[in-house]
Amino acid sequence: MHSIDWLQLSVFVGVLALITKPMGLYLVRVLDARGKTWLDPVLKPLERLTYWAMGVKPDQEQGWKQYTFAMLLFSLVSCLFTYAILRFQHLLPLNPQGFGPVSPDLAFNTAVSFVTNTNWQSYGGESTMSYLSQMVALVIHNFTSAATGIALAAALVRGIARHTAQTIGNFWVDLVRITYYLLLPICLVVAVFLVSQGMIQNFKPYTKAKLTEPYTIQVPKTDDKGQPVTTNVAVLVQAPKLDEKGQPVMTNGVAMMVDVPKLDEKGQPAMTNVPVMVDQKVEEQAIAQGPVASQIAIKMLGTNGGGFFNANASHPFENPTPLSNFIQMLSIFTIGSGLTYYLGRMTKNQAHGWSVWSAMMLLFLGGVLLCWWAESRGNPIHQQLGVAVADGNMEGKEVRFGIFNSALFATVTTDASCGAVNSMHDSFTALGGFVPLFNMQLGEIIIGGVGAGLYGMLVFVVLAVFIAGLMVGRTPEYLGKKIQSYEVKMAMLALLVLALSILGFAAWASVSQWGLAGLNNSGPHGLSEILYAFSSANGNNGSAFAGLNANTPWYNTTIGLAMLIGRFLMIVPIMAMAGSLAQKKIVPLSAGTFPVSGFTFVLLLLGTVLLVGALNFLPCLTLGPIVEHFQTLLGKLY
Amino acid sequence: MTQKPPSLFDWKIAGPATMDAFKKLDPRLMIKNPVMFVTMVGAALTTVGIFTPRLDRGFIAQLALWLWFTVLFANFAEAMAEGRGKAQAQALRKTRVQTKTRRIGSNGQLEEVNASELRKGNVVLVRATEIIPADGDVIEGAASVDESAITGESAPVIRESGGDRSAVTGGTRVLSDEIKIRISVNPGEGFLDRMISLVEGAQRQKTPNEIALTILLAALTVIFLLVCVTLKPFGIYSGAEFSVPVLIALLVCLIPTTIGGLLSAIGIAGMDRLLQHNVLAMSGRAVEASGDVDVLLLDKTGTITLGNRQATEFIPAPGVTEQELADAAQLSSLADETPEGRSVVVLAKKFGIRERQLHEMPGAQFINFTAQTRMSGVDLNGVQYRKGATDAIRGFVNDSISTATEHTIERISKSGGTPLVVATREKVLGVIHLKDVVKGGIKERFAQFRKMGIKTIMITGDNKLTATAIAAEAGVDDFLAEAKPEDKLALIRKEQSGGRMVAMIGDGTNDAPALAQADVGVAMNTGTQAAKEAGNMVDLDSNPTKLLEVIEIGKQLLITRGSLTTFSIANDVAKYFAIIPAMLVGTFPAIAPLNIMRLHSPTSAILSAVIFNALIIITLIPLALRGVKFEPIGALAILRRNLLIYGLGGVIIPFAGIKFIDVIITALRLV
Repeated sequence: MHSIDWLQLSVFVGVLALITKPMGLYLVRVLDARGKTWLDPVLKPLERLTYWAMGVKPDQEQGWKQYTFAMLLFSLVSCLFTYAILRFQHLLPLNPQGFGPVSPDLAFNTAVSFVTNTNWQSYGGESTMSYLSQMVALVIHNFTSAATGIALAAALVRGIARHTAQTIGNFWVDLVRITYYLLLPICLVVAVFLVSQGMIQNFKPYTKAKLTEPYTIQVPKTDDKGQPVTTNVAVLVQAPKLDEKGQPVMTNGVAMMVDVPKLDEKGQPAMTNVPVMVDQKVEEQAIAQGPVASQIAIKMLGTNGGGFFNANASHPFENPTPLSNFIQMLSIFTIGSGLTYYLGRMTKNQAHGWSVWSAMMLLFLGGVLLCWWAESRGNPIHQQLGVAVADGNMEGKEVRFGIFNSALFATVTTDASCGAVNSMHDSFTALGGFVPLFNMQLGEIIIGGVGAGLYGMLVFVVLAVFIAGLMVGRTPEYLGKKIQSYEVKMAMLALLVLALSILGFAAWASVSQWGLAGLNNSGPHGLSEILYAFSSANGNNGSAFAGLNANTPWYNTTIGLAMLIGRFLMIVPIMAMAGSLAQKKIVPLSAGTFPVSGFTFVLLLLGTVLLVGALNFLPCLTLGPIVEHFQTLLGKLY
Repeated sequence: MTQKPPSLFDWKIAGPATMDAFKKLDPRLMIKNPVMFVTMVGAALTTVGIFTPRLDRGFIAQLALWLWFTVLFANFAEAMAEGRGKAQAQALRKTRVQTKTRRIGSNGQLEEVNASELRKGNVVLVRATEIIPADGDVIEGAASVDESAITGESAPVIRESGGDRSAVTGGTRVLSDEIKIRISVNPGEGFLDRMISLVEGAQRQKTPNEIALTILLAALTVIFLLVCVTLKPFGIYSGAEFSVPVLIALLVCLIPTTIGGLLSAIGIAGMDRLLQHNVLAMSGRAVEASGDVDVLLLDKTGTITLGNRQATEFIPAPGVTEQELADAAQLSSLADETPEGRSVVVLAKKFGIRERQLHEMPGAQFINFTAQTRMSGVDLNGVQYRKGATDAIRGFVNDSISTATEHTIERISKSGGTPLVVATREKVLGVIHLKDVVKGGIKERFAQFRKMGIKTIMITGDNKLTATAIAAEAGVDDFLAEAKPEDKLALIRKEQSGGRMVAMIGDGTNDAPALAQADVGVAMNTGTQAAKEAGNMVDLDSNPTKLLEVIEIGKQLLITRGSLTTFSIANDVAKYFAIIPAMLVGTFPAIAPLNIMRLHSPTSAILSAVIFNALIIITLIPLALRGVKFEPIGALAILRRNLLIYGLGGVIIPFAGIKFIDVIITALRLV
């Protein structure tokens, strides 16, 4: 934990705090259908044209049901569109590598993944997707799913800010304005900046490079027809080694095992066909190319996280320099942070906006410090052996970024529902890996996914106000709106969905054949991998703990369902809450009103998040990372 | 009169409550409380576990026992609250002796019937010494009525037909004369009956806030149920077999049993506290709403001021002594039976003017106040003493009013007082300052309400000038002067349209629309039946300041619920640290450091947590019944205090409690 890292952390938080207000003020203009921006001369005609083409009347606002229905309809259509492109990419242009069609379960998983702003990738981009699939089928969602999230948050904020109103905005207008005025312009700037850092942007086929140190691998031998050559060998099984007297040979109290031929019922050795392997010398490397920068800008800004390359943000083309790393992390938080300011501005209670922001920042700092500390401390087994103690736990980390930037990135990407990674979370220490897992299980409310983070946090705000609000001796009021049984019901429904989806799927996977088959590690670490996969899917994060081979029909389908549940089943109750709040009168502020800003409120909100949100996951987290941590202290690894 | 609350664990109440706790185990009743229902199902399943062959049957049996206790303690809390309510109601019910009464038939015939046979609309004749059989309105005659059975006030009150004093309450006794009463309720529907059924819980309906809280608690229960159910497969994966009783123990410790068990007791106790203050509420909803009140409409007379203007000062005209003025003032007021007149006599006494008896002055001729003359006084020994409004005296006296006296009159008028000029035919003697006397302590009371964020509005028929002065003296936030009944209604509507909740207290028939419109309408028992029906509470003492207590009780009710909910949820942290390590340490001995309380063994840890969970309910029953103390110190200060006590305290206390129980049960070798 070096001082230069402390400095970077301060700079990160400082810069974020500074851009929050301008971002918020710009959001106020973008999210107002009549708002003026300096881009109007260029974009206004395009905006009008889009409305005309879509048949949208921008002045007509929608009630919560219409708004939600429009959002669901749009998501369904765009999901089917992406599914179709993936299934038919071999017939479509821009496929220089000649990739075949994507399998049905993977196409379902991927389409759902991108439409829900999850960007869980069961595939490696450079070995599965054509440029058309990447640029059209997937990138379009990077914009629209992000815009959808921001629109929903804006609708909820309108519901809170308005009184005796029937409508909460127009989904189509929000979608178009957010995409045109917010996402596209900022992405353009960020993409150009990233290119300046050395990120690539091209349509070239993959280039070949000569290896300076050729190496040898074993590959199956094929005959002239390209069929694998096999040979018949005896099947071996393990049996205890016996000494001359027929007694098992023991070493340190454990029986020594030897391979013996397996016998069938007739006492004959059982035989099987295995491929014949031959040596192959590797002298060349294929270097993947493509339009990277354009995708990465929106990947971060829209908290999508879907990498162009399988290695995601640890790939040199996808994250070339420390500065690009810093800007990418900042991009992840920019809009979510600005939305808290938007909340304050719209509800005419800026202190409330900043209080929500502060609560998020405290949770963020707690996560970063724990993760950073755990990773710097390194692996206790290494410490006992006296190996590389000073370096901390560098396994699975890019040396260019080191401990701090890996820990910070991991925390940021899971606080927000981004899911981009610049290190392997699977290789973190138990406590280091606990942080990203915990962040996602809280519902990604620490800044959070664009829009999703704010509306998720507001669910906790409503619950905090309800539980503690009674303690001031009035029916709880949130910014003048009475919190009654309907709001409580909807808020609890959202929490219930979160717990049901994560715990339900993970519990199922942990005791089923298909669930265990994908595991790379056993014991608590294996459980962490399963929990991580479903937490990530449900939270629409999309990062993976690795170690789990999730590209199987079962995992693709269950994770796809978890993503759908985590997105849409959360949204419907929250929008219902928005609609109900919009209809309420605003009770004027008085000395008896529950204060929703200031130190006490921030602490209360933190307490609610930790007690109501986190306690549900404590038992399974104990069985996963926490047990693993204690076992590691005793020198046991999984 | 304020009835004394029964002591918290009076055996007369606790005995039957214990029986009721068992009777309430009926699943049809339990299902209304999802948290305790789940606990009961858990207790039943654990009980079944005792009869399966296993090694740890002693432990399971103890677990089952404490789980049953948890349910019974919660039932006991509710039964206690109901029992206390019943005890209060019983006191009221004593007035419900079966009485015979005379009903006047359609043909005018009198017939003797039982009170229980009376129906709404019947007319009865009640004579002196008889008990009024049911609530109703006097339609003919006037009588003095002893209402001490209900109000505890021994002085009889006058009830007469017409006007605002026509309502009579069943169970009160007519002391003199006879009255005809039109019965306004059917048997069992009277105000008292409704209140009795409310505190007895038979017809208790959940209030809006209670419903919202029940939803929260039920949802938390479902979530924790999910947590415990999924823990089974996670355990199988990890090679740790969690037994069903242990998972149930974890579940019951995590779900909010503390607030779940005490929730209905808190609600009943709130109604009960109102009853102790002699206020009958029509519904729990009204009690809850009173905590939310933003605006208080208060009638000036009787609430803010002592009821009538009083003489506070004699200001003699130039050349007249105070003594002379006091003497003249007293003389002119001797025959004046109005409270103002009496106050002049009282004030004069302070100047050493002996109270004269009328019979001592045979030659005196008293002049009564009339609307035309607007003066009153006496002609004694050829001197005409008069007191009256400035204009009236100006026309009466032969002299002119001196500049100094004019100044005095102006000063008094501007200060909101009423100047009464005292004069003889020959000259003006001076001025009596009549003034509304604001009740002692009321200003401080209003200041407290301001701190709570409640706005007070004074309603008065006085002119603006007078109203301004009194408003300033009493410290109300606003006033409505020269108010007519329709103005009150308009004011309430205006405040409500701004999102505020309005409370008012009233008695007259013309108050009825406003009482009905107000969110909390407290009718005085002395008021008309129309007013009582329009309001949602009745104050048996007919004390207008009672509204302030009603609001505090409403707030206290909400605070108690919120505090115990916070406490209940905060408790979970310690229970996790007790149970989770205990469940896992067998499979993963490495996690022993997680047992931060250093509990003796896994079984003692689990049992201690369950015992703590059960005992905390019983421990908190007094708090639930009494209510968390409410102080008017502003929302933020209350929040901080309660968060500290029930939030932080809720996290810390169970650590100590569970550890303590663990030490005890280990010492007793129970595990």
